[in-house]
Amino acid sequence: MNDLRRALMQIVYINKAFIRSPIAAFFTLVFPIMFLVIFSVLFGNGKMQIQGVTISVATFYVPAIAAFSVVTACYTNIAISLSIARDSGALKRIRGSPLPVWAYMFAKITHSVLIAVLLVAICAAFGAVFYGATLPTTTLPAFLLALVVGAAAFCALGVAVTSVIPNSDAAPAIVNASILPLLFISNVFVPLNNPPAWLDLVSKIFPIRHFADALVKSFFQLSGSGLQTNDLLVIGAWGAAGLVVAIRYFDWEPRR
Amino acid sequence: MPVAVEITDLRKSYGSVEAVRGISLIVNEGEVFALLGPNGAGKTTTVEILEGFRRRDGGHVSVLGFDPATGDRRLKDQLGIVLQTVGVDPYLTVAETVDMFRGFYPKPRPRAEVIELVGLTEKRDSRVTKLSGGQQRRLDMAIALAGDPSLLFLDEPTTGFDPGARRSAWETIKGLAGLGKTIFLTSHSMDEVQYLADRVAIIAAGRVVAEGTPDTLAGREKAAATIRFRLPSSASELPAQLRASAKVGADGVELETKDPTRTMYELTSWAVQAGISLEGLEVTRPTLEDVYLQITHDVGAESKP
Ligand SMILES: Nc1ncnc2c1ncn2[C@@H]1O[C@H](COP(=O)(O)OP(=O)(O)OP(=O)(O)O)[C@@H](O)[C@H]1O
Ligand SMILES: [Mg+2]
Repeated sequence: MNDLRRALMQIVYINKAFIRSPIAAFFTLVFPIMFLVIFSVLFGNGKMQIQGVTISVATFYVPAIAAFSVVTACYTNIAISLSIARDSGALKRIRGSPLPVWAYMFAKITHSVLIAVLLVAICAAFGAVFYGATLPTTTLPAFLLALVVGAAAFCALGVAVTSVIPNSDAAPAIVNASILPLLFISNVFVPLNNPPAWLDLVSKIFPIRHFADALVKSFFQLSGSGLQTNDLLVIGAWGAAGLVVAIRYFDWEPRR
Repeated sequence: MPVAVEITDLRKSYGSVEAVRGISLIVNEGEVFALLGPNGAGKTTTVEILEGFRRRDGGHVSVLGFDPATGDRRLKDQLGIVLQTVGVDPYLTVAETVDMFRGFYPKPRPRAEVIELVGLTEKRDSRVTKLSGGQQRRLDMAIALAGDPSLLFLDEPTTGFDPGARRSAWETIKGLAGLGKTIFLTSHSMDEVQYLADRVAIIAAGRVVAEGTPDTLAGREKAAATIRFRLPSSASELPAQLRASAKVGADGVELETKDPTRTMYELTSWAVQAGISLEGLEVTRPTLEDVYLQITHDVGAESKP
């Protein structure tokens, strides 16, 4: 019980350090909102079809950038900030203390998920206020489930990828190289409109495409539950693989 | 006396580098124990095995009755650790950092007391990024004290401290020892070891090469003493029994003696009778540093093919 309290306190400290760190706060909090605004203004005027519903492209960006927010807050943020903390010796210090390692990881992950939830809420509010996007009702459970599965999987992958990051200088490069190309081909930054078959295939190997699809489809589904079982299974498989790598290879000490 | 740390035939290699090659040591409770040795001797490796950060390849270690390799919580509750390199979150303040770590321990020391002990009271609300290197090291020491540990591992704790801060860190460590805490420290400062340690071990190339109290290490108390003085130019020759062991140099005269009491008597009674004043007269024993340099030099010479 005491350890749970310690874990919760750790979220407070992690959040303090997060909002005071200009890079973490800017890239995690400001970037998704900035992209939402830019994409909606630039490409938002057209119409498109999703699940047989005609929508304005501007509203497409609400769930799409929600997906991006989760990837940024969970995968990118966790991978980069853990690499920096590992390199600085702060993680080693924590591991030498009586704080159980699960409590630290729990705090780190919970903090990232809370940031992701905040960003998704901002995206939804932005869409509702400026583009009249109505929030899903009957498909809300499916939307939230996709969010939870996605957030968990990208957190696991964020922890896992630190095992191939040699030092904190290399962290932003490795993390962005692994994520940026996928964001362009995965129905996030640009709606995929009859993509070449090979590109479609490539993007479907990776979890971002499935995550974006699951959020977008459940956001615009008119009837039925909106549950995208197949997408969730792929995301879950990636998350499980990430978890295995994270548990097996995570390092608490600088790699020098 | 109960034993705090017991190391038996400890071994550890990194690939082909044998960093620790069979070290055995005992540290009693309430003792200040210092581990000395040249760079790369295996001090940090040994300490970090005791702290639970590194795995040993062979031998046995017991820290407060626990095997540190198991990461037992009851052991961590009682340990304070200063690592050779600093590791604190740059965006938290001094007070926040200390509070965060206090929260991890069952019976922490009061925050103000911890910060006062390391002399950071004025920097309490500064972020770590705004601290100087030495102040960051002091914060590291504060973290080690936060849980009110009964056993402290300090790996070169005062490296980078200014002389005033070093002196007050020494007082802090002495104070903790006075409260019955056990302190296991590594250091390159002979003054520090001479001032703090009850017992010392010197390791070189992964082996213990000398062990004892700072004053008696390697027969230091029985080693030849050196008497130095300058003779006025008008002085006549030294008496014959002294002349044999005297080295006359530009800076004056040096006498090596195993029996300084007698030699001093012979020297001063001669000088008084001859009406000579011996300027700069002093008797010195080999310092800890002299002994240390001698021992580690010998080992270095031996280990060459
Ligand atoms: N993580 C590591 N990987 C590989 N070799 C290592 C590692 N840590 C230490 N060594 C090697 O082991 C030997 C002992 O290193 P150690 O850090 O224990 O020395 P030390 O006595 O603490 O030295 P110093 O006084 O410089 O701090 C050295 O030869 C060092 O190069
Ligand atoms: Mg060292």
